[in-house]
Amino acid sequence: MSETPAAGRAGMRKELPEHFRDYRNVWVFIELERGQVHPVSWELMGEGRKLADRLGVQLAAVVLGPKDEGTRTAIRQTWAYGADICYICKDAVLTDYRNEPYTQALTGLVNAYKPEILLLGATTLGRDLAGSVATTLKTGLTADATELAIDDEMSLAATRPTFGGTLLCTIHTLNFRPQMATVRPRVMAMPHPDMTRPAGRSVWYTLGVAEADVITKVLEFVADATTNEVNLAYADIVVAGGMGLQNAANFRLVRDLAAVLGGEYGCSRPVVQKGWLPAERQIGQTGKTIRPRLYIAAGISGAIQHRVGVEGADLIIAINTDPQARIFDFAHLGVVADALQILPALTEAFARRLGRETRILEEA
Amino acid sequence: MTDDLTGNPPKPDTTGLNIVVCIKQVPDSAQIRVHPVTNTIMRQGVPTIINPYDLYALEEALRLRDQYGGAVTVLCMGPPMAEDALRRALGLGADRAVLITDRRFAGSDTLATSFALATALTTIAQDRPIDIVFTGKQTIDGDTAQVGPGIARRLGLNQLTYVSAIDSIDLGKRELVVRRRAEGGVQVLQSRLPCLITVMEGINDLRRGSIQDLLRAARADVTVWSAEQAGVTNPMMCGLRGSPTVVKKVFAPSPRSEPAEMVTTEAKRPAQVAEAVLDLLFARNPKLEADLAARKGA
Ligand SMILES: Cc1cc2nc3c(=O)[nH]c(=O)nc-3n(C[C@H](O)[C@H](O)[C@H](O)COP(=O)(O)OP(=O)(O)OC[C@H]3O[C@@H](n4cnc5c(N)ncnc54)[C@H](O)[C@@H]3O)c2cc1C
Ligand SMILES: Cc1cc2nc3c(=O)[nH]c(=O)nc-3n(C[C@H](O)[C@H](O)[C@H](O)COP(=O)(O)OP(=O)(O)OC[C@H]3O[C@@H](n4cnc5c(N)ncnc54)[C@H](O)[C@@H]3O)c2cc1C
Repeated sequence: MSETPAAGRAGMRKELPEHFRDYRNVWVFIELERGQVHPVSWELMGEGRKLADRLGVQLAAVVLGPKDEGTRTAIRQTWAYGADICYICKDAVLTDYRNEPYTQALTGLVNAYKPEILLLGATTLGRDLAGSVATTLKTGLTADATELAIDDEMSLAATRPTFGGTLLCTIHTLNFRPQMATVRPRVMAMPHPDMTRPAGRSVWYTLGVAEADVITKVLEFVADATTNEVNLAYADIVVAGGMGLQNAANFRLVRDLAAVLGGEYGCSRPVVQKGWLPAERQIGQTGKTIRPRLYIAAGISGAIQHRVGVEGADLIIAINTDPQARIFDFAHLGVVADALQILPALTEAFARRLGRETRILEEA
Repeated sequence: MTDDLTGNPPKPDTTGLNIVVCIKQVPDSAQIRVHPVTNTIMRQGVPTIINPYDLYALEEALRLRDQYGGAVTVLCMGPPMAEDALRRALGLGADRAVLITDRRFAGSDTLATSFALATALTTIAQDRPIDIVFTGKQTIDGDTAQVGPGIARRLGLNQLTYVSAIDSIDLGKRELVVRRRAEGGVQVLQSRLPCLITVMEGINDLRRGSIQDLLRAARADVTVWSAEQAGVTNPMMCGLRGSPTVVKKVFAPSPRSEPAEMVTTEAKRPAQVAEAVLDLLFARNPKLEADLAARKGA
């Protein structure tokens, strides 16, 4: 958005303004925290590669972090995940994520090297940063995209669920650059890294922000007691329960089955609202998106807001007393049965088939 | 809040914290339909509520006011009927309500929304500088979580998102310590006023408004500003014109055509049904059994 946009719908002007015409390439922001890259960044590299190929441009990764081994490793990995260029800013003020220095680094890089598309993960960090960067650059930002494509006019078409997943909408940023979008973890497939892929071009950026200039300080980082936060979204096997489980105590049946399968457990939203399980266990539109190989849903009706969070699963088994339950519309296998009876029976049956000792379950 | 039941607003407090809470009026349910021709969302007839996440922001603001003194203003951009949402916020204990409403705001994306709200905040701040702007984590309709960061950036406020607790505020030093939900843990952040805080749900227990507050709310005035009155000098920055994003298509997700294959068995005993489930599961997915057996369970 320039200071004096032409009359009419800002986004609808036909021609890309002159000063945006040299914006080129697809960028992915690599989310690096405490030496670890969030997997969503690699998922975006896979997607970014496709967009760049379609546009006939280069794919770039942006790595911001301290001067340490974690940052070096992240840079090396970007080549394996398909980067042609890596924009790097190493500075001690980027040790912990804070909005101010990260916004300055990323907007500085964009202004200097002009990407046409900039993608970030829709994590707490990515959303915090994307909102600031888009506002500083006065450009469009599509939130929580689940599908990215390039249309016939070579513009980014970002599709996102809305109104809790009941509708989808496709959003474009036609006349402003870069075209920005955040994408939820686990929505895009994880690409296979190619460790033999040669390194591309590294571009180093100097930030010029002193620690004394950064007002917000990180006093402490309290890691979650369990790493469920990430485990549920990235689990291969997930067992979840809904209101059909009837009370908090019955969730032991869900946990037991998850344990025997070596998976994670989760729930529908009303279960969290009842206080039966903590919010980080919620699956769906306003909870976690999951993409497991196997998802078992017990006593869950299959509302659209739940469905959008589980549709990426390879295989869905639904257990419900109601043969008309909507979950049977999108599950692969369905069982009309009482979850309270069938869950423990499944736990035993799996344990026997998979050669696990049921005795262990007593402790789970 | 002291209140004399006369309907007069309480005297403005110049001590403590001057807080503004941004609240959005949203449709109550997911029962939203799309106009088949214009592809716009038909909100008519759908009951509206205060965006649920914003109630936690309001509660946190009221809690801080009760602890440190000061005043809480609620601010909303929306159609004239959004006055309802503001009146409800007054009923919960807010001191003052401002609605910015103007045809020129229609069609705003998050960039245009944060412009309009930031402009109104600047106008509100002319009476007294603002110490904290609160927003919800996100809305349940647009659901972008972008408006908070947008306002912070425009006003140069310290941005504290996904805050799950406000540990302390030192009014003398103008410093505060908050807990911010991050990936895999919680950041304990020290920052400075003025700041913008987006709050997590569950940060506090929501109150029901007192009888006094409800009575006051029924009579209190909601300040209604046009774009110009809110301080907008360049209407090109508002509404559709000020929105770089274009919604090209709104559509319903295409349902998967294949329904589930049902496990059918004559057996009644759960153990037998479970066996039938496994038989069908492994028959359809032969590799799965070996893969599961190779995992370390329990
Ligand atoms: C903006 C918005 C966001 C939302 N986000 C989410 C979200 O992220 N995740 C989410 O899950 N929901 C979300 N919801 C809520 C969603 O609309 C549904 O209300 C919710 O998913 C229903 O949960 P449920 O299936 O557990 O409960 P119900 O719909 O009450 O279903 C319970 C099911 O259990 C079955 N049942 C009962 N007894 C038994 C038994 N003994 N054995 C087996 N089956 C039994 C019933 O037949 C029924 O199908 C959201 C809603 C809105 C409006
Ligand atoms: C289907 C659909 C999809 C959309 N997708 C996008 C998109 O991807 N990108 C984009 O830029 N815009 C998008 N928009 C437009 C966006 O919804 C509006 O700009 C809206 O005014 C604010 O965004 P939000 O509802 O996402 O708020 P959020 O950013 O989620 O809201 C965060 C907080 O900001 C405050 N707030 C938000 N709006 C108001 C308000 N009107 N008055 C007072 N306080 C407020 C509240 O405290 C709220 O909790 C979309 C709109 C629709 C209908």
